[in-house]
Amino acid sequence: MYHEPTSLLRFTTAGSVDDGKSTLIGRLLYDSKSIFEDQINAVEAASTKRGKEQIDLSLLTDGLKAEREQGITIDVAYRYFATPNRKFIIADTPGHAEYTRNMVTGSSTADVALVLCDVRHGMVEQSKRHLYIASLLGIEHIIICVNKMDLVGFDQAQYDAVVQEFSEYAAKLPNQSSGLQYVPISALEGDNVVHASDHTPWYDGQTLMQLLENLEVTHHQGHQQLRFPVQGTVRVDTAQHPDYRAYTGQIAGGTLRVGDAVEILPAGRTSTVTSIETMTGTLETAVAPQSVSVRLADDIDLPRGEMIVRQGDTPTVGQELKLRLCWLSETPLNPGRKYVLQHTSNATRCVIKDIEVVLDINTLEADPEKKTFATNDLGRIVVKTMKPIVYDPYEKNRVTGSVILIDEATHVTVAGGMIV
Amino acid sequence: MTKNTPSLTHLQLIEAESIHMIREVAAQFEKPVIMFSGGKDSITMLHLCRKAFWPAPVPFPLLHIDTGHNFPETLAFRDNLVEEFGLKLIVGSVQASIDKGTAVEETGKDASRIRLQTVSLLEALEAHGFDCALGGARRDEEKARAKERFFSHRDEFGQWHPRHQRPELWRMYNGRRNVGEHFRAFPLSNWTEMDIWQYIYKEEIAIPSLYFAHDRECVVRNGIILSNSEHLPPVADETPQVMQVRFRTIGDMTCTGAVASDADTLEKIIDEVATTRTTERGARADDRRSETSLEDRKREGYF
Ligand SMILES: Nc1nc2c(ncn2[C@@H]2O[C@H](COP(=O)(O)OP(=O)(O)O)[C@@H](O)[C@H]2O)c(=O)[nH]1
Repeated sequence: MYHEPTSLLRFTTAGSVDDGKSTLIGRLLYDSKSIFEDQINAVEAASTKRGKEQIDLSLLTDGLKAEREQGITIDVAYRYFATPNRKFIIADTPGHAEYTRNMVTGSSTADVALVLCDVRHGMVEQSKRHLYIASLLGIEHIIICVNKMDLVGFDQAQYDAVVQEFSEYAAKLPNQSSGLQYVPISALEGDNVVHASDHTPWYDGQTLMQLLENLEVTHHQGHQQLRFPVQGTVRVDTAQHPDYRAYTGQIAGGTLRVGDAVEILPAGRTSTVTSIETMTGTLETAVAPQSVSVRLADDIDLPRGEMIVRQGDTPTVGQELKLRLCWLSETPLNPGRKYVLQHTSNATRCVIKDIEVVLDINTLEADPEKKTFATNDLGRIVVKTMKPIVYDPYEKNRVTGSVILIDEATHVTVAGGMIV
Repeated sequence: MTKNTPSLTHLQLIEAESIHMIREVAAQFEKPVIMFSGGKDSITMLHLCRKAFWPAPVPFPLLHIDTGHNFPETLAFRDNLVEEFGLKLIVGSVQASIDKGTAVEETGKDASRIRLQTVSLLEALEAHGFDCALGGARRDEEKARAKERFFSHRDEFGQWHPRHQRPELWRMYNGRRNVGEHFRAFPLSNWTEMDIWQYIYKEEIAIPSLYFAHDRECVVRNGIILSNSEHLPPVADETPQVMQVRFRTIGDMTCTGAVASDADTLEKIIDEVATTRTTERGARADDRRSETSLEDRKREGYF
């Protein structure tokens, strides 16, 4: 019988318009035989309608009607495919400057970022922004796909020049732990995407698909310190489960073990884990990001938003946070306004205490002219929260180190923040 | 990564993500409801809801929009499930909407009640004051679904605005809303058809017999194998024939296509899905009306 792939890789794709992102994704799906016949037929029909002779693989990933009409992608779209070893989730994000928010969204859960560039143009302003955001969001691996190699006769010198440009820029990235890799490809013709190319004898690295299949990712977060944000409480009192109380949540970091001496923050109580339960059986240990129910030796009233941690491994508890901020809303940040800060299962009002810096979106250097954040702006702020927050720096834990800001009046998510 | 970290399979990872999201629904909304079609996806979603709150009962009722053209097997299965797990069932009826005059029956040989379901669904959500409707839709099903959020905001008319969706970052979901607005929540967003089958197999989840190969009287229309029944408008010169088939999705009898198959066990179904070259929804006459038909329905407030 078919056996399930054993691991999961989430990746995001970014590129400027016409770099070939849609074609590349279409190519990955097509060459890995993840496309169904009726989808191919639909795309062939649509290609013909648009006057194309060949099947246009980019149409496989084109989405909503409005986008079709404009011929561009305007929102994050998710794609799925699997090889015998791995299941892949692609967050396909558009490359337009005004849609930086989509890239931030897609990157927030990604293990790997594919950044496309057209070998003829090399690194452009957009590429810098894509690299910067991927690095800012703490993506572990960044793969630079140097595309359209067919248009330069698969010339090694031009490829090397592009690699050189990117490597120099990489030294300036906010997060130096992201690893960069490069692949020379032709999305249109399939070179080095799934199948190794005969046109690049000078390239002895892996194809893009091999890289995706083999990259090590640590998204289980099991190596981290134990972090268990409480989502809710399950209480029942039946013959089978007399006076039952358990705390539910998804482990945000580390390993939870029966017998663990734990501390509850910000309440400051201590207790011991007596059991870890799921409907299909009790567990001796559970690891991030499993969703479980935890029972403690003491009957404690634990509201949503409290965090269970191991004694001695405690995160920071505080009400003043410094955030790297990505502003996502069309309405600029207004420091006079009330925002709700959501952090794991916790939500609290906050005020903006200081706008430290807003970056110039092109140079990614501080822009002294900018006094506040508008759509797609990146920068740093300090907020003060009404309730204490139990957090880690983002670079240590992407779950306990991230927040979103919600406009209290419109209820819209206006920003994503990473705790410094 | 340290060596002794046990690694989780992709099924464990998406299960954990879904359970977390379902618990967020319970925490952030006052009156959620499960949109239950009786198909494998909503059955899987219900299973995840049971896991999310065990040993407490599922804190949401089920809402089934009955087109009046359901497979009898689906209804029997639904009623058993409700009984077995002590659930509350609410049935919204398309026939009732037609009788009231809020929905108008389509006519002709391709007539279907699919679009009318939206009317009955929105009526039921409003009548009961549900502020969040959990759906079993998956992003891999259709291109319009690929851009759907986990928590999807609907305006006071129940409409979806794909261009103005709230960004969804990390694993934080924002369910804040104004009075009169509601949300759709899709815990199976990241599941594929294969994931669902593997999970049903692994968790031993019961599903309706329609999914397994069986003999059935069918007609073939526009290349789609449809179950013959009194609900199917007859077409001249068409002779129903008994075929060995199974269903990959279960919807309205008038437009859910069957596939010729001898897969009568979960193992065989999984093998079949692994080698199949057409999408699940490809066999649904309702999605074939135009290139964007599902997207158009979704904007109006369809599941
Ligand atoms: N010659 C060549 N053309 C390509 C390649 N990849 C994409 N293209 C073409 O570049 C154009 C833009 O591609 P598309 O995938 O739509 O770009 P996107 O805007 O980044 O999604 C299309 O005409 C593609 O056929 C490639 O590797 N070689």
